[in-house]
Amino acid sequence: MTSRWWLPVLDSPESTAPQRTYEIVVVGCSLGGMHALEVILNGMPRAFPLPIAVVQHRHRASNETLPSYFRRFSRLPVVDAEDKQWLRPGTVYLAPANYHLLVERGELNLSVDEKVRYSRPSVDVLFQSAADAYGAHVIAVVLTGANDDGALGVKRVKARGGLVIVQDPEKAEAPEMPRAAIAAAPVDQVLPLDQIAPYLVDRCLVASPA
Amino acid sequence: MTTVVEETEKLALEEVEVQLLTEGIYRHYGFDFRDYSLPSLRRRIWKRVYAEGLATISGLQDKVLHDSQAMQRLLLDLSINTTAMFRDPTFYVAFRQKVVPMLRTYPFVRIWHAGCSTGEEVYSMAILLQEEGLYDRCRIYATDINEQVLQRAKDGIFPLNTMQENTSNYIAAGGKGTFSEYYTARYDYAIFRPALRENVVFAQHNLVTDASFNHFNVVICRNVFIYFNNALQDRVHKLFLQSLEMFGILGLGKKETIRYTSVTDHYDEIDAEERLYRRVR
Repeated sequence: MTSRWWLPVLDSPESTAPQRTYEIVVVGCSLGGMHALEVILNGMPRAFPLPIAVVQHRHRASNETLPSYFRRFSRLPVVDAEDKQWLRPGTVYLAPANYHLLVERGELNLSVDEKVRYSRPSVDVLFQSAADAYGAHVIAVVLTGANDDGALGVKRVKARGGLVIVQDPEKAEAPEMPRAAIAAAPVDQVLPLDQIAPYLVDRCLVASPA
Repeated sequence: MTTVVEETEKLALEEVEVQLLTEGIYRHYGFDFRDYSLPSLRRRIWKRVYAEGLATISGLQDKVLHDSQAMQRLLLDLSINTTAMFRDPTFYVAFRQKVVPMLRTYPFVRIWHAGCSTGEEVYSMAILLQEEGLYDRCRIYATDINEQVLQRAKDGIFPLNTMQENTSNYIAAGGKGTFSEYYTARYDYAIFRPALRENVVFAQHNLVTDASFNHFNVVICRNVFIYFNNALQDRVHKLFLQSLEMFGILGLGKKETIRYTSVTDHYDEIDAEERLYRRVR
């Protein structure tokens, strides 16, 4: 190996080990989602290294109080997503009411495209954009909800090689959304709500070499 | 089972295909989508790929370059922005309270509604101006890239099942009359009063490639910038700056801002939350 002391060593044996690193977490929920998000955010440490983009179905006229609500028990900063905002590690971005939230490598995008299966924001739209932009480096989390939004997104994330975690439908406030996700593709983990944050921390804090 | 490497290569190839498609469309048809924001562009392109019964973006490229009808359909997918009357009612409340008093001081008001799509927000503005007694001295230039969409705006006929949302928006926007008096319901459609478009000029205009065509007191362009990448956003902001009279008003979508653009120093905030700005230099 030629030695260039000013460059970091990229091809050291450690970093070529076959390990999967994740770059973004996307979360979708609907009915009962407020409580579910509360539990998950409560379990996230300040050092969580990935950005987290969240679609929680909201009424089109709902105002900006959702981030301030979550800020009360989240160690991670929680904000309403702005268009072209840069993704920062350990920050939670909520889809604003009446906009779709999409991700592109390193940044957020919003759109006012038509509703997808009656929803804007739509979980499918977020998940599919994440799969298209980040390929296998996506972790998608499907939580409680009373519809099947997210199922197509889960399918795309799995097709691209990403990781999918679903809240155990038997214990979810509304089981339809987790059930639809499980039916759509072979998901990686079905977990009770209180084990999702620890699992994410485990996967992401261990997997990232920092 | 595909590997991570294969998936990554597939994504990279897809990006190449998007670039080739937009380059081909630009060089053959003149529509420039090359600086559109990728995630929504990709979504809309794939929608058309499937609708045409094709399997790849390259397949769509072949089709639209040789079949102008297919290009028309893609153009519709790429350029139509869904909206509602009085979308974001609080924007119209702020416009009434903070902009209308300024406009009253002018003998004549020119408004450019750029990227008006199917026209719902143009009719909303016409209604608002009429209720404020200003409409007779206003001219609204409503433009869009897409002729087909513009024709719908000209017709002023909207699905009746959207009127419930429109009516509640109208009320929340501080409407002073009865919303149903502005249209006639026929079958499944609401036909808006032709008088509302008496002072509206509908015209095709492409924000990406066309120059400014007048000086305006107000430029409204809502939820269009979110479809552009940063470079294109900046170009269009310069176009609007050139098009605005001194002390002219710029109104953007609820999630759009001039904060990080090169024109930000030229504007004062009139209402930061509702994204209303005033050109001051």
